[in-house]
Order: sequence, then C-alpha cells, then structure tokens
Amino acid sequence: MTATLFWTGFFVITSFALYIGIAIASRVGSTDEFYVAGHHVPPVFNGMATAADWMSAASFLSMAGLIAFSGYDGSVFLMGWTGGYVLLALLLAPYLRRFGKFTVPDFIGDRYYSDTARVVAVICAIFVSFTYIAGQMQGVGIAFSRFLEIPIEAGVVIGGLVVLMYATLGGMKGITYTQVAQYCVLIFAFMTPAIFISLQLTGTPVPQLGFIGNASDGMPLLMKLDGMLTELGFAPYTDGSKSTFDVFAITLALMAGTAGLPHVIVRFFTVPKAADARKSAGWALLFIGILYVTAPAVAVFARTNFIETVNESVYDAETTALVEGESETPDWFHRWETTGLLAFEDRNGDGRIQYRADPEANEVTTLNRDIFVLANPEIANLPAWVIGLVVSGGIAAALSTAAGLLLVISSSISHDLCRKVLFKSITDKQELLIARLSATGAVLIAILAGIYPPGFVASVVALAFGLAAASFFPAILLGIFWQRMSKEGAIAGMVTGLGVTGAYILTYKIFGWVPNNAEHWILGVSPEGFGTIGMVISFAVSVTVSLLTPAPPPEVRELVERIRAP
Amino acid sequence: MAQDKSSARKAYWRANLGLMGVLLAIWFTVSFGFGILLRPWLDQVSLGGAPLGFWFAQQGSILVFIVLIFYYAWAMNRLEARFAEQLGSDDMTPAAATDAPDQEDAS
Repeated sequence: MTATLFWTGFFVITSFALYIGIAIASRVGSTDEFYVAGHHVPPVFNGMATAADWMSAASFLSMAGLIAFSGYDGSVFLMGWTGGYVLLALLLAPYLRRFGKFTVPDFIGDRYYSDTARVVAVICAIFVSFTYIAGQMQGVGIAFSRFLEIPIEAGVVIGGLVVLMYATLGGMKGITYTQVAQYCVLIFAFMTPAIFISLQLTGTPVPQLGFIGNASDGMPLLMKLDGMLTELGFAPYTDGSKSTFDVFAITLALMAGTAGLPHVIVRFFTVPKAADARKSAGWALLFIGILYVTAPAVAVFARTNFIETVNESVYDAETTALVEGESETPDWFHRWETTGLLAFEDRNGDGRIQYRADPEANEVTTLNRDIFVLANPEIANLPAWVIGLVVSGGIAAALSTAAGLLLVISSSISHDLCRKVLFKSITDKQELLIARLSATGAVLIAILAGIYPPGFVASVVALAFGLAAASFFPAILLGIFWQRMSKEGAIAGMVTGLGVTGAYILTYKIFGWVPNNAEHWILGVSPEGFGTIGMVISFAVSVTVSLLTPAPPPEVRELVERIRAP
Repeated sequence: MAQDKSSARKAYWRANLGLMGVLLAIWFTVSFGFGILLRPWLDQVSLGGAPLGFWFAQQGSILVFIVLIFYYAWAMNRLEARFAEQLGSDDMTPAAATDAPDQEDAS
C-alpha cells in the first residue's frame, strides 16, 4: 500500500494547493462579490461549479454502490437528483436571477413583504445546510483516515481549514472557481476507473453502452446479472421491491427538494442575466449527468464482477486445494478486509466464500456499499495513482459541497438576519466582516459535527430534501406564478409543510416511535418520499390561506411583473 | 403605447407558459411515465440488453432532461428576441401597476 499512500498524498496535497492558490487569486472586498461573485460568472463555469456544489461525497462514493445493491429501486436517486434541474431551469432560476438580490430568504422576505417570512426562511436555510455539511466533513475525515493514515479528527480539521481559507477570503467568487477545479478533479477520478472496468467486462470503453451491451460470453449483461442474483436468492436487478406509489413519491420529493435547496438556487444568482441562468442550468445538468449516467453502469459492472470473482472462490489457496474450474479469491478482497468494509466468515467451513441473500447462509458478513467505487481501480487492475486520484476526487466532492453550504449559512446570518432584520444600518464593510465571521463560526461547528457526528446524520439527509420540497419549493413557485399569494399564505404554507414533513420523518427515522416499514407508513409512503405529501399539503394550505387573507400590496404585484418581464 | 406594451408582455408570458407546459409534460412522461408508471409495460421491449422502462429510469430520463433544458434556454432566447422590439429595453424598470390590472396566473 505504500505506492497508494504516496500517490494519495501527492494528489491530495496538489489539489489542496490548487484550491488555496485559486482562493488567494480571487480575494474579494465587497458583499456583492462575497455573496454572488458580482454576478460575473460565465454560464459554463457556473454549470461546472453547480455540478461540484451539488455532487457531494455521497454522490461520488456511495451512489453507485447504493444502486448496485438496490437495482431498479436506485432509480429514484438517478431521476430525483437530476429531474429537479428541469424544475429549476424552467420554473425558478431565471426569475430568481431577475429578482437580482443575494439569497433565497431575500426573495421570500421581499416577495412576502414580511420579516417573519424572512426569518422562517433563514431558519429553514440554516437547518437544511447544517444537516448536510456535517455529513460532508465526516466524509473528508474518513477519506483521510483510511488512505493517509491520519486520525479522522485531524482529517476533519485539515479539510475544514482549507474550506475556511477559500470561503472567507474569496466568498462566492473563491468558491466558484475552486468548485470548477474540484469538478474537473472529481469527474476525471470517477470516469477513469469506470472506463477501464467497462472495457474489461464488456469490451467497450463507453460505460453507458456496456450497460445495455453484452457480457464477454455474449449474453446481455443485465439479463446475466438478473439470472445470477435470482440463483443466489436475491431479487432480480431490473425489478424493484418498493411499491410504485412510493417510488413515485420519493422521486418527486427529491426533484422538488433539489429545486428548493438554497445552496443550489443561490448558484444561479451569480450569472450575469436570466438567460444565462437557464443556459447555466443546462450546463450544470450536463456536467452532473456525465456522472449520473455512468454511476448505474458502474453499479451493474461492480455487482456482476463481485459475484463472478468472489462467490464460490477459494479464500486461501495455501490451506484449501483448488478443484478444477475453481479460482482464488481476488487480492483486492483481502486488502479491503483490513479496512473493515468487507468481512468474510466461513460458516460452513468449506474454505470457499458463499455470497447469498439468505442471512443464515451468507458468508460475506460485511459489505459496505462505498467499497464498489473505492475498490474499482484495484478490481480493474489499475495502477496505484488511480486510487490516489479517486480519493482526492471524493475529498473534492465533499469540500465543494461543504463550501457551498457554508456560504448559505454565512449569508443567511450576515445578510438576512443582521442586515435586513436586526441591525438595518450597518455598512457594507461591516456586513462583509459579519459574513466572514459567521463563515468561520459555521466551519468550527461543522468541524465539531464531523468529529462527533450526531448519530442521525444519515437519516437527516432525507429530512433536508423533504423540508426543502415542502417549504421553499412551494413558497418560491407560488411567489413567482401566483400574484395573489399573500404573506399569511406563504408563512402558513412553509410552517405546515415543515411541521408535517418533519414530524413524519422524526416519528419513523429518528425517534422510532412507530416501526419504519411499509405496513406502518401512512398511505404506504416512506419517510424519504413524504416530502411529496408535505409539499401537496403546503400548496393546499398556501392557496387556501392566501384566498382568505388580503391580497399583496401593489409594490409586490410590481415586483412579480418585473421578474416575469423579459 | 402603454396598451401595446402591456399586451405584448401578456403575449410573451402566455408563450412562455405554453412552452413550459409542453416541456414539463415531456419531463413528466419520460420519468414518472416511462420510468415508473408505465415501466412494467415498457419492460416487455428491450433497448440493447436493457428492459426499456428500466433504461428510461436509469439513463433515458436523464438524457432527455439535459436536452429539455438546453432547448428551453434556446427557445426562450428566441422568444425574448422576438418581443424585445415591442417591449423596449426596460429590463430593469418595474412595470407600472396600471399596466397589469388583473392576474393571469397559472401554476
């Protein structure tokens, strides 16, 4: 592993130097530049930055593995996390850009002529962002500890300090250009092993063609995988286990949640005009799509390869004699066992690994889903530097997302809370100072959350999407498309959406008051998909309350007219 | 003149909503339609080695989404160029309230 250690260290240090160099080159001196990069970011660069901002450690490391284990059910993430960009490009981004200010709470506060609405939006934005950022910092720490032999705590602190440096120096401008660099690192790191694995398994360098192509024995790859899985007692890969309604609800909640997440929306404030916001959303989805249409192919390759090379293989050829036609367990399996991500227990004592659906017979007792992306380079027999590249890609994905979230937290505090509600008379310089201080404070909290992760981090990601889908999405959409929407309607809608969705997720996932399974779910909708129900309720409450309360004042009607005009 | 501007603005907004309606219908059809609701039926057909409904859920819908956004960006630029003359260059000035007396909303 020393070559791996060397190359990992090399790529991580080089990429960090690059990020800090960019930060120093893009120092800023005004709030306009700090919050939205002075509205000067070209659409293609903003697209790349959005892609890096959006794709977190989870997209990079865990998604392909998640799909590999869930087959068709994994489609909810693929469609949900991309389809939201269509909603964003058509329904939200161009209008919010034409509105022309800095943050999402800015829009909510002005459109709904109310500081209460603004504060509700600030609370939602901060809550959603912290939920997310803790997971990112933890991801950085794990990458450091696993590959660089540095304690998790030190890894989190190093990662946090790097983000702190470029976020406070360069604000949105610094973040944007580091995200462009981070996108390049992460997409190269993801695609290189994917291309080689595709070549190895299907003979084509294009993973998307390998996905629908034939395996080396001439049988369609997906059919072959379905057959192998059924034989081992698993459900067929191309068939799902979730109910159709639940798949529908989860997909819609993730789409609306994507479109309503403040750190994504705010990226579209940085381009020069509304037309650029549309174009930029197209670029963003193109750059995201490159990874998202490759991940399901990697998933199929990884699962197939795992079964073919590991199942029924001889664990230790020194002690167990190979029978004709048998093969030895691959080296990478042994290497990854030492990380604890994989574990084998020879239950029947035959010296061979049996991988089965039945927990009684299954001998692969631990199989972490992140392994498929991390071990890919070794599975494809790629040199050590590719592993180093994949690790720095994972760190790039985590840092870029953390930085975007950090900016949302800092601008919510300095701009929306301090400038607009608490101390209305502060100068631009003072506001910038508060922005930098709150970014620093947020990094420190994020570092702590990364070192002492609250146990519920994984389950609260569902909460972040559900809350964004049930609060921001309806409030912004109706704010643009329905002039009659009043402040009372908006506040009632956001609060009910938050309350209903939050209560449902808390009940099933965090406190476990009711068993979390399909029999006990309301309408058969899982907590992940409940954002859709919360969103429908939020829309209904917003409309009803708006119709019962006075219409918005003429200035607000003018504002809506203005953001709609070309 | 004010009357002209107001009706041009309404025509622009109507054209925009119409275009959005069509594109959102396609968005819904490829993902929620082909990928989810109609999947069991589409899966009887294969694209290469993949059942078609499954392919739409994991590949096809994403590719269509990308095309949809670029098409919308292009079509809106054309639409805005067409209306630019009638509307003048009042990009940043707020519309007078009297120009738009009633709502014409869809959501």
